[in-house]
Amino acid sequence: MADENKELKMPDMNYAKDEIIRISGVNPRKCMRCGKCSATCPAYDEMEYHPHQFVYMVETGEIEPLLKSKSLYKCLSCFACIDRCPRGVEPEKLVEAVRLTVERQQGNDHFTPDSLAEFYDDDMPQQAIVSAFRKYRK
Amino acid sequence: MTVSYFPGCTLKNKAVDLDKYARQTAEKLGVTFEELDEWQCCGGVFTESTDEIATKLSSVRALKKAEDLGNILVTVCSACHNVIKQTNYQMSDEDFASKVNNYLGSEEAYDGQAVEKHYLELLRDDIGFDSVKKQVVNPLKGKKIACYYGCLLLRPSKVMKTDDPENPSIMEDLVKSLGAEPVYYAARNECCGGYVVADSPEFSKRRAKDICDGAEKAGADMIVTACPLCMYNLKKSGSDIPVVYFTEVMAEAFGIKEGENNG
Repeated sequence: MADENKELKMPDMNYAKDEIIRISGVNPRKCMRCGKCSATCPAYDEMEYHPHQFVYMVETGEIEPLLKSKSLYKCLSCFACIDRCPRGVEPEKLVEAVRLTVERQQGNDHFTPDSLAEFYDDDMPQQAIVSAFRKYRK
Repeated sequence: MTVSYFPGCTLKNKAVDLDKYARQTAEKLGVTFEELDEWQCCGGVFTESTDEIATKLSSVRALKKAEDLGNILVTVCSACHNVIKQTNYQMSDEDFASKVNNYLGSEEAYDGQAVEKHYLELLRDDIGFDSVKKQVVNPLKGKKIACYYGCLLLRPSKVMKTDDPENPSIMEDLVKSLGAEPVYYAARNECCGGYVVADSPEFSKRRAKDICDGAEKAGADMIVTACPLCMYNLKKSGSDIPVVYFTEVMAEAFGIKEGENNG
């Protein structure tokens, strides 16, 4: 649905890490590196960076690869990693916060109304469309 | 008993059977669904970020209206249930609540005290499955039903508290009370890939196919769900197993499904 070759505007990287921590409310230092979040993730095979890597890379400040990754749009928001994390780290909130940090830059919307025609069919519930607007556009 | 009812965008259009049979079966059980005036779409997905206010206002307004009427707020769509319940939970954060109330103005200020329930929870906790059983005139004998929860009904469990997130029983208990036999299979509480259907349709199709295949292998005749997006995905998976809403099997057992033509 999105233009794969579009050049995304990147925020200042020092700002980005603080922003991601702030809007997610997540403390990545609580992570004990067990990998259960990635083991239970139904989108694991689709992702270049997996939930445990989001946690580690935000903690160590490797933000830019995450901001540019297509993994941001593969997360299903199914809350499996949130529910099953033994330390209450809530990795999905970090994935979302990284995605929002990209989408809140002007011109970085992943979804455009014009692309509706590409995937819409008569059986598709409204829920699919409003969710795409909410998740992939700011 | 009268409850405030939040139908949501999809139940007014594509998921009419979920809406219609929820109202009609509730009426049989002595519960009137009073639709909220001027409700607004919940947005379909809860934004986890701590600083998003505007995307949660429609849920807050619905909760506030139900509270003013002195009613429980009932949802039937899993997504509406998830968004509204998570929003209500976030209102227990003082800072967030004060920002929301500043936004809404003093006339609409909301204190987070309304109670939101999915229809399934209302059936279990307020009506009782024994009362459901008493309304059954056409027991679904011999029907093997795979209940599909997906993600939104159950998770995040510390907020939703709908059921045990890893071993739920609310839908199986319902189909048992209708005379059917529940079928257990591995993926009943795993995500169908609904939210990425617009962006990665092949991925969500694979997810949905796994779920349908699992239910079929366990011997199910059909799958029941509470979510219009799960329904869409499972039906598009290429599998032949029928997928229906839980309200449809209730209406069939209550003898009100056939011959209906009102909306």
